[in-house]
Amino acid sequence: MKRFSWFNATALTLGFAFLYIPMIILVVYSFNASKLVTVWAGFSTQWYGELIRNEEFLNAAWVTIKVAVISSTIATVLGTMGAYVLVRAGRFSGRTLFSGMIYAPLVMPEVITGLSLLLLFIGIGLDRGVLTIVLAHTTFSMCYVSVVVSSRLTTFDQSLEEAALDLGCSPFEAFRLVTLPIIAPAVISGWLLAFTLSLDDLVIASFTTGPSATTLPIKIFSAVRLGVSPEINALSTIMIGIVTVGVITASLVTKQAAVRQAREERMADRPA
Amino acid sequence: MRRLTLIAVPYLWLIALFLIPFAIVLKISLSDVALARPPYMPQLDITGGWVAIREFFAALDFENFWFLTTDDLYWKAYLSSLQIALLSTVLTLLVGYPIAYAMARAAPEWRPTLLMLVILPFWTSFLIRVYAWMGILSNEGLLNQFLLWLGVISEPLTILNTNTAVYIGIVYTYLPFMILPIYSALERMDDSLLEAAEDLGCSRLSAFWLVTIPLSKNGIIAGCFLVFIPTIGEFVIPSLLGGSETLMIGKVLWEEFFSNRDWPVASAVAVILLLILVIPIILFQRNEQKQREAEG
Amino acid sequence: MTQCAFAPWNDPEEKPLIQFRNVSKRFGDFTAIDDLTQDIFEKEFFALLGPSGCGKTTMMRMLAGFDAPTEGQILIAGQDMARVPPNKRAVNMMFQSYALFPHLTVWDNIAFGLKREGKDSETINARVDEMLRLTRLAKFAKRKPHQISGGQRQRVALARSLAKAPKLLLLDEPLGALDKKLRQDTQFELMDIQEKTGTTFVIVTHDQEEAMTVASRVAVMDEGRIVQVATPDQIYEAPNSVYVADFIGDVNIISGRAKTQGDKVAVLWAEAQPDILGTTSKSFSDGQEIHFAIRPEKVGISPDEPADAQNKIQGKVLDIAYLGNISTYHVELPTGHIIKAQTANTRRIARRQITWEDPVWLSWTDTAGVLLER
Repeated sequence: MKRFSWFNATALTLGFAFLYIPMIILVVYSFNASKLVTVWAGFSTQWYGELIRNEEFLNAAWVTIKVAVISSTIATVLGTMGAYVLVRAGRFSGRTLFSGMIYAPLVMPEVITGLSLLLLFIGIGLDRGVLTIVLAHTTFSMCYVSVVVSSRLTTFDQSLEEAALDLGCSPFEAFRLVTLPIIAPAVISGWLLAFTLSLDDLVIASFTTGPSATTLPIKIFSAVRLGVSPEINALSTIMIGIVTVGVITASLVTKQAAVRQAREERMADRPA
Repeated sequence: MRRLTLIAVPYLWLIALFLIPFAIVLKISLSDVALARPPYMPQLDITGGWVAIREFFAALDFENFWFLTTDDLYWKAYLSSLQIALLSTVLTLLVGYPIAYAMARAAPEWRPTLLMLVILPFWTSFLIRVYAWMGILSNEGLLNQFLLWLGVISEPLTILNTNTAVYIGIVYTYLPFMILPIYSALERMDDSLLEAAEDLGCSRLSAFWLVTIPLSKNGIIAGCFLVFIPTIGEFVIPSLLGGSETLMIGKVLWEEFFSNRDWPVASAVAVILLLILVIPIILFQRNEQKQREAEG
Repeated sequence: MTQCAFAPWNDPEEKPLIQFRNVSKRFGDFTAIDDLTQDIFEKEFFALLGPSGCGKTTMMRMLAGFDAPTEGQILIAGQDMARVPPNKRAVNMMFQSYALFPHLTVWDNIAFGLKREGKDSETINARVDEMLRLTRLAKFAKRKPHQISGGQRQRVALARSLAKAPKLLLLDEPLGALDKKLRQDTQFELMDIQEKTGTTFVIVTHDQEEAMTVASRVAVMDEGRIVQVATPDQIYEAPNSVYVADFIGDVNIISGRAKTQGDKVAVLWAEAQPDILGTTSKSFSDGQEIHFAIRPEKVGISPDEPADAQNKIQGKVLDIAYLGNISTYHVELPTGHIIKAQTANTRRIARRQITWEDPVWLSWTDTAGVLLER
């Protein structure tokens, strides 16, 4: 450390303790034998067993994953198109409205988004269920995808696309063969973001769903409203585990790629 | 032709599923509650021609908005939302700034790891992170057990279902939003600036005050808005950690809709909430734009 | 070079490959190209030279098809290009940033255009190998762009744009990213490849040395217009304006009034100073504003008054810039003008006789400089 100081060390220790201790406690108590979450009564994995036998949770998990996969995929396609329009389409009438509609859902309170979509679905007589949640999730997560992809596109060297056109590509071929492979990391992180947002969402799903489809957050919410339960701890531990493994893997992979790239670039400048 | 399709697809999607729904909210906020399905009137009947349309507009009024001002529940809820959002933004800044500062001062090879550790909770379910505090803050919770064991208190403190719990929950869940922009502002700062300040006679503290703080100003502003704006309409935190005395407008809207089934009033609540949010959102956009321009 | 033999622009029978006809290009209020008409012939190495913002890049982008002219016509091989998109033009471009596809190997980069034509793999292989040989890149075929050096990337970009054997190759500041030494070597390589392939090259550059080295003709541009088009030696020796004289190389400019003296023209530039005599094919009326331009290496410098020079002025050495092979003397005249004179350092430094503050004589013949109206 350049200016190692007790202040910095303390700030980091306390800060990360604050961020992580609640989650660690959650994980630890999911292995508690007692039904009372706050009293430690020895190690047990019984709550995981109960969780697996709990049909309702399994059904909700299945609905949630289905909704997340479908909505994030559509959102990625629409969001990438939206990013392209924002960065590349130049001026067209209604551009301000368009960029407004891309950015507004990012700051719109979920209760309003949920309420307004619900009123729309009722207004056009659409039965509420998986379809309506997918439509709702696609709409707000496509905006996040647009923001992620457009920030990548603004730093994208446009002459690469021009080079592809120059070498005989149609505009669509240029996108498929050159632009897309290069911006793929941003598109993938857009998809992951959309997927996580959909997986997490409670408020919008509660508004737009009907009796036929219950997602995991809705299920968790109604369970924890009644208080802390060890089953929820077990479920949370599984979700935290998946996210942790995913994020750590992703950061290791990108770090390795960056290190390799840097090494190869250094090699390249030496005379062959 | 291709360009038109490219623009039209996302454009129409957003109009259909963002703009029109919002227009509907606006319209219903001007309607009256009715014991029907859907539970509001008037209903627009285009088949009735001009007369029907004129009658439809004539039946719209600001009655619901008037109602919001007469029942002090609503304006108290708005005020209390603003107050909670403001105070928790300040608290988040106080907690987040030292962390961001220490991260930016850490050895470069450590920074990506620290950054990942800040981002990790962001990918974890919001609901779960709020839930984690329920077990800690309850009367028999771990915090009280710990404090009793220490002998600091003799009776368990009531924290869960109070505003204190709401503040803790907000600071906890929104902390990454505060840390990240401040960190990215501080990380770009050239160390030699501080050395120059000290060389010119500043003490460590005054160098921090005169150089570091102004240079991280944009990060601070961005972070504050990123916490403040979503907090105003927050629903999950007050309903899980807050108590009956915790008034937040997101929760009021939810209850108005799901419990009272008063759609017109819920819509009016939403419209006012949005009007309140417009100002900070515009200020936030301005700040972002200024920063982009400054970066060229 | 083939400069004496190769001059299609002087042959009225020759059909130009590229024709700009009254082309204008405006971006909003800004006029990038202003009513420009110019022919470029087959097998030419044509350089567009000018400062940034002069419109040279816009001309090139219009040839490639990325920008369309606001007014006027561009013809390639007699065909109007107005409705032809970039991917349908027999024109290829080498980008300033090289624009190599980072996710493809060197081999795939070069093969990219050929694959779009739907050629069979045997033809593609043969052509890519030929290009790799031409640009001496065979060893690097399997590498990605970030795994090779700047000079190698430059050659990949060249190979890729030549692979489809275009009628016309556009080069946008092709050597701008290379360091000076590499740039000089590469200039000759470019000329070599241009000759071997017989392709018409249009190069955009702001580096006058580069333009002079590689081009058969140079077009000097300023504010959307071509100021002069000529072979490099004509541009240097006979610039048509102060702008061109000043832009290309180093020059002394003395402004005054014209006065015809027999078949010569005198420049009256200062009182109590001898007039400057010059020859010209242009006619000047007496009293007209006139500019005399002379290159420093054409100005002689000596400690003693030269006996038989048509023009000679006395002055005092203000500064000496020693550049190794040559030295430049900054000589201040009694009028305050500063004239640069250059001499080749054929002797060792200790033997040189002129130093700071020395009174010296500057001299030149009446054909050494040019007389310009503007």
